[in-house]
Formats: sequence, C-alpha cells, structure tokens
Amino acid sequence: MVPISYYLILSGILFACGVTGFLIKRNIISIFMSIELMLNGVNLSFVAFAAQWHALSGQVFVFFVMVVAAAEAAVGLAIIISVYRTRETLNVDQVDLLKL
Amino acid sequence: MLHLILFLVFGAVCVAGAVNLLAQRHPINGALSLVAVMGSLAVEYLLLGAEFVAAVQVIVYAGAIMVLFVFVIMLLNAGVEERTKGSRVALLFGVPGMLLGSVLIGWVLLGHGAETVPVGALPGAPKVIAWLLFHDFLLPFEVTSILVLIAIMGAVVLASHPDTEQGKKES
Amino acid sequence: MTPNLHLWLIPVLPLVGAVINGFFGKKFSRQTVAAVALLFSGAAFALVLSVAFRFSSLVRPHSETLATWIRAGSFQADFAFYLDQLSLVMLLVVTGVGFLIHIYSVGYMWEEGGFYRFFAYLNLFMFFMLTLVLASNYLLMFIGWEGVGLASYLLIGFWFTKDSAASAGKKAFIVNRVGDFGFLIALFLLIKHFGSLNFDQVAQSIRPLSPEIGGAGLLTAIGLLLMVGAAGKSAQIPLYVWLPDAMEGPTPVSALIHAATMVTAGVYMVARSHVIFERAPMALTVVAIVGTLTALFAATIGVTQTDIKKVLAYSTVSQLGYMFIACGVGAFSAAIFHLLTHAFFKGLLFLAAGSVIHAVSGEQDMRQMGGLRTKIPWTFWTMTIGTFAIAGIPPFAGFFSKDEILWRADQASWVYWAIGLFTAFLTSFYMFRLWFMTFFGEYRGAAESSDQHSEPHGQGHSGIHESPMVMVIPLVVLAVLSVTGGWIGVPGALGGSNRFEKFLGPVFHSTAAAFDTEHRAGGEMALAERGTEGPEPQTRPATELAFSGMSVLVALLGFGLAWLLYYRNPQLPQRIASSLGGFYQAVGHKYYVDELYATLLVKPLIAGSALILWHGIDQDVIDATVDNSAHGANEVSDSIRHMQSGNVRSYAGWVAAGAAVVIAYMVWMGTR
Repeated sequence: MVPISYYLILSGILFACGVTGFLIKRNIISIFMSIELMLNGVNLSFVAFAAQWHALSGQVFVFFVMVVAAAEAAVGLAIIISVYRTRETLNVDQVDLLKL
Repeated sequence: MLHLILFLVFGAVCVAGAVNLLAQRHPINGALSLVAVMGSLAVEYLLLGAEFVAAVQVIVYAGAIMVLFVFVIMLLNAGVEERTKGSRVALLFGVPGMLLGSVLIGWVLLGHGAETVPVGALPGAPKVIAWLLFHDFLLPFEVTSILVLIAIMGAVVLASHPDTEQGKKES
Repeated sequence: MTPNLHLWLIPVLPLVGAVINGFFGKKFSRQTVAAVALLFSGAAFALVLSVAFRFSSLVRPHSETLATWIRAGSFQADFAFYLDQLSLVMLLVVTGVGFLIHIYSVGYMWEEGGFYRFFAYLNLFMFFMLTLVLASNYLLMFIGWEGVGLASYLLIGFWFTKDSAASAGKKAFIVNRVGDFGFLIALFLLIKHFGSLNFDQVAQSIRPLSPEIGGAGLLTAIGLLLMVGAAGKSAQIPLYVWLPDAMEGPTPVSALIHAATMVTAGVYMVARSHVIFERAPMALTVVAIVGTLTALFAATIGVTQTDIKKVLAYSTVSQLGYMFIACGVGAFSAAIFHLLTHAFFKGLLFLAAGSVIHAVSGEQDMRQMGGLRTKIPWTFWTMTIGTFAIAGIPPFAGFFSKDEILWRADQASWVYWAIGLFTAFLTSFYMFRLWFMTFFGEYRGAAESSDQHSEPHGQGHSGIHESPMVMVIPLVVLAVLSVTGGWIGVPGALGGSNRFEKFLGPVFHSTAAAFDTEHRAGGEMALAERGTEGPEPQTRPATELAFSGMSVLVALLGFGLAWLLYYRNPQLPQRIASSLGGFYQAVGHKYYVDELYATLLVKPLIAGSALILWHGIDQDVIDATVDNSAHGANEVSDSIRHMQSGNVRSYAGWVAAGAAVVIAYMVWMGTR
C-alpha cells in the first residue's frame, strides 16, 4: 500500500529534471529528450490520479499524450535534421538568427 | 510491503536515469538513460494497474520514439556537447523558477495524496480502454489519427534533401 | 407687415467680391479684378441707396433677423440687422465713400504687385464694416469690430516685405486688441446684468434706471470700458499710437480706413450706447476730457510733422477727438454730423495727398515738394477745397459741424470750448502749412529726373504729372460733397433748419423724451439740460452767431500765420524751431510717447514672454514633456529589447519563470 503522494512526488521529480535539462543542455537533441522526460513525468501523474479517483479517462489521456509525443518527436527531429543541414551545428546557442 | 519495495526500486531507477540524462555530455548516453527511465516507468504503471498503458509505453515510447532519437543521433553524428556561451537568463530565472514551481507543486500534491492505493488499483484492461476510446473519446481519437498523418507528412517534407524536388517521395 | 429689405445682402455682396478676388484673383487680369471689386462694392452702395429711398416708409427702427446664432439658457444672440437713422447715415458714408475710394484705388494701385490681394482685402473690409454698422446686437457688432481690425492689419501691412509696414500692421492690431479687451469686459457686464446684448433689449432694461450721479456704479463701469474700446479703435489717448504708423499702408487705405470709416466705428459705438452713457455722467465726462486732450495733443504734433500723410494722420486723431467731445457733452448727433463731414473732407484730403505722392513719384516729405499747383491743377483745387473744409471756413462742410460741436461743448463747460477753439486754430494752421508747402513756392524735390523710392509706390514715372481720370473723378465728387455736405446741418441761428439733427432726432430723442418725463419730477433737471439732447436744442441766436464768428476768425488766423511762415518768410519756421529748442524736439518726436510705451510696456512684455512663456513653459515644460516621454519610451524599449536575443535557452528560462509565477498564483488562489 503506497500513498498516492509518493507517485506524485516521483512524477514531480521527473518533471523538474526535465525542465532543468531543458534549461541547461546545449545540444538540441538533449533538449528534446528533456521534453520527453517532462511528458513522461506528467503521464505518471495522470495514471496516479486515475488510480486514486477510479477514473479510467486518466489512462485514456495518457494514451493521447503518447500519440502526441510521438508525432511531436517525429516532426521535431525532422526539424533538427534540417537545421543541422543548414547550420552544421547542433548547438542551440549558435542557432540564434532567423536569417540564414 | 512488496508494493512499496517495488515502487522504491523502480522509482530509484527512474530518478537515476533522469539525473543521468542531465549529467551526460554525449546525447547517446542521455538517450540510453532515457530508455531506462521509460522502462521503469512502465513498471510503475503496472503497479498502478494500468496494463494497457504500460504496454503502450514500452512499445511506443521506449520502442519507437527513443529508437527514433537514437537513429537521429547517429545520423547526425552528434558529438560531445561543447561548452558555449549560454544564457544567463536561463540560469538566473529559469532554474529558480523551476525550483519554485516544483516546490509549490510538491507542496500541493503532498497535501492531497495521503490516501493509499493497493497494487493494481485500477485495472486498465485493453477492452475497457478500447470501450472508452471508441465511445467517449471517439472524436479525439480520430483527430489524433489525423494529427499523426500530418506529422508524417511534415517530417517527410522537412527531412527531405533540399536538392530533391518536393514531389518525389523520399523515404 | 415689415417688408424684408434683405439687409443681409449689403454686407454679403462685398464679401462675395472679396472671396472671388481672394481665391481666383491671381489668375484674373487687372481689369477683371477691378471689375469684380467695383461691381460688388457698387452693388452694396446701390442697395443702400434703394433702402434710403424707401426709408421714410418704414417703421423705424427696422430689424431683420437672418438666423439664430447663440442660444444659451436665457441668453440669445442672433445674426440680425438693425436699421434706423443712425445706421442709415453710417451705411451711406461707408458704402458711398468706400465705393469712391474703390474707384480711386484702381488707378492708384494699377502698377502695384498684389493688385488682386488689395481689392480682396478692401472688399473684406467693407463686409466687416457694414456688419459692424448694421448689427442689431453688440456681439455681431464685435465681429465687425474685430474684422475691421483684421482688414486694417492686412492692408497696413500690404507691402509686407517692408519691415516698417509689417511692424505697423502688428502695432495697429495689438493696440486695437488692448481696446477690445475693455470692450469685451463691457459686453460681459452687459450680459451678466441685463441678460442680453441686443440694442433694443439693453435699452429697455437700462431706461428705467436712474443716472449714477455719484460716479461709481455699473453703468459708469460699462461706459468707461466701452470708451476704452472706442479709444483703441478710434485712436484716442492713450491708444492712438497706431494711427500715425498706419500710414505705411497705401494711401487709399489711409483714406478709407483711417479717416472715413474704421476709426469712426468707436464714435458710432458710443453713439449707439448713448442710453448707457446718458445715465453715467462720470463716464461722459471722461469721454469729453479724453476727446479734448486728444484733439489738442494731436494737433500740436501735427504742426511739426514733415510727412504729408503723417500730418493728415494726426489731423484725423485730432478730429476724432472733436467727435468724442461732442459725445461727451451729450451732443451725439453733432458727433455723427462731424463724422459725416469729416469722412468727406478727410477722405478727400488723403486721396488728394495720394495724388500728390503719385505725381512726385513717391515722395512724401513736404520739404521736397512745392510749387505744384500749376502742375497738378485738379489735385490742387480739390485739395484746396478739402483744406478749407477742415479749417472750418464757411460755407464749407467742416465749418457747420465743428461749430455745432464747439457750441454744444461750451454749454457744458467753457474749458472744452476754449481748448476746442485753440485746437481749431492749430488745425487751420497746420493744414494751411501743408497747403503752402506742397503747392506754393519753388519746387524743392527731384522728381523731374528719375524716380524716387521713398515709398514702394511711384515707379517708372518721370516728371510731375496729373493723375489719371479714374483717380481725379472721386476727388471731384468728394470735393463737391465737402462743399455741400454741411448744408444739411445749418443751425437755426444761421438761418437753416438743422435738418440733420432733426433726422437723427428719433434715435437720440426717444430715449431722452421718456427719460425726461420720468425724471424731471425727480429734480434731475441739470442732467436733462446738459447730458442729453433735449427735444429742442437751446437756441440763443445772438450768442451762437458770436461763437461762429470766433471760429471763423480763428480759422483765418491760422491761415494768416501759415501764409506768413510758409509763403512770405520761409526761413522763419526754422528759426522759431531752433529757438524753442528742446520743446520743439519733444513735439517733433511725438512727445516720445512711443519710446515711453516701448520702455514701460513693450520691452518688459517681450522679455517676460521670452523668459517665462517661451523658455520656461514652452521649452522646459511642453517640449520637455514630449521630448522626455519619447526619450523615455526609447530608453524603456531599449532595455526591453534585450529580451529578444534569439537565444532559445533564454526564452526557455523566461517561460519557466513565467510558468512558476502562474503556478504560484493558482496555488495561492486555491488556498484562499
């Protein structure tokens, strides 16, 4: 018997790590992975609340989050590839001009 | 008792993976630790009874998305991160902001989640999930399928070689 | 039913002419411009004549309302016109003399640049002056009042590229404004205490009031303030300083505006307000004193002037002083009579002077003239008639009107009469001085050779020549009027029936008669005898004849002295002047009044304006506010700009910080 709050704290830690990674990392792909980490943390909290309140729609929502995360990852990585092709770099600090 | 031990073990793996993601300088290491996080998260879902979600987590997240990440890292030959001039703002405002937000959320959550749940508290069998998906959440379901379609098209267009015509299909 | 005479057409016709010439005149030929100007001013004159012919069949006073203008609570002011004997006289003067001067100007200004502009302004002036005269309330009159000031400014500064002309225009307008300030305060008092500015309504409210013998009181205040306005417009002390400078304008302008019509607006206004003045004896006394002093003062200056137009300018100031003496002793119709004759002979004198100036190619200094009578005979004879008229020699016009004033003045106080008589002597002297210096003796100037350029006018002529017919005919017409114009006011003592005074009687008597019957019982007979025109002017024929005789004698004395000093012994004046030394210098410099005003008023005002209003308020407050707010916006945006760095991580940092704030807020809201 584990209190729900433990799950929620875990989810919060994951989310915080994701935000920190987003702010600290310089590699675009690492930043992207931090975003995925954030999404996962949120997923966990959804499932935890679904268990607490016996609402299955929480799990359904996790499903949708995953679909969106997948789509986003696909498109995001495609963008990263095209940015790499033009800028020759994966360092986000060097991609700061709109002009080519 | 077992519930708690299992939770703690896999929770530790999650946190370790997350911290490792932050610590590693090479993105491939980060990707691999993220896979570990995803895997232990799947176990956590199982502990909460969400069978279908756990399976989807492993198949889609760890099995497809992370693979995609690894593909791209290897395609672009991403190397070790160099130190470049970062952003003072991110460190000055962002990190404290994040800390503040987390503390607040944690404080709120701690105040609410005192009740305990047993193992497998809410069984999320595929049949039940499917019933919800195709009845109550039919519209979002269809919309997300279109979303995926658009994402595919977008990815194809964006990632195609610039000297190739748009019309040709590049896989 | 009262017939509709369409009185509004009288002012509006010249306005149409002004608009046409003003907007399109630049493209017209001179002939077209002149034709337009003459057509509309002539039409106004013709209309006035037709009104005059129908006048006896009208109910007097005749009012016509054109449109409502202001309706604020219980106060109402309309675009309404008022026709009674007084306004008819003024209308005839303004349109008649005005039309003649328009004709004259066609010849005078023919070779000037800005021909269309001149006639546009001249027609504009006619519009405003006619509005002033026809107005049925003080407010519409004030529009005309201000408008003639504007037209005067525009016309004085007609040659605006010349500094002195531009400054003279400004001076005229500004000094006028000082007077207008007094006028406005008087209007405010009228609105406050009588609730209306309409002449009839004001008169009705004021008639029941008793005169303020003590001196202080509402009506005295209003009267004095109205006098301030009149002093500004009609160039009395202390606001006369603009009129001599106004001679910078073309001579027809001096004739029309500064002799015949605009400067008489003050006299007209005082006559219109006689209901107020009759009940404020202190104000009347002030009017008379101001008039007397001005008449004397200006005449003394006129004696020393060498510019032909300046002599006439000071003469105008002096004659206006006579009109105010008449008003001040309650002889309003005598004042209007003198206004009428003065319009004739002063207009004539100015136009003839213009003809002289034209003949000698622009020279205005009398010391450079002389012996012109054989060369410009028409001008000579008409100017002679004008000079005799102003000197007050019978049977010319000036004699009758001036005599009437002196007679009535004496009935108030012998001091007025004595000073008036002495001023008449001076008037005769300086006018004949002008006459002798200009037309007799040897020619001292240089116009025989090439052209002089003391005035922009007079280019390209060589030799002294008579003016063209278009200029001479108005001179002749005015000369005839100067001879015959006085005959409508021949007093009973000299065998006439004083038709003019009888004509104006209803305007000034209707109030006096009612006034008398109300207050005679109250024992204020002294006022009824002195302050107003009684139903019959006091006739003591023998004394009046004696007075007339003295006026003629004095005029002849002036003639004799001028003959002596400027014909017989031309070197005497110089010796007299140098023997009088400093006093002569002071008079020659117009008693240094301009310099006094400059030191006391003008320079401190300019310095104060520059320091406080310009630097202090305009630059340091208004400009600074605008500049600093722009500068501040610049600074703020400059510092905010750094947020847009293009660096994704900084954006992420801001997002995280913002999200934290939002979360904090929601938590706080949740726990409340």
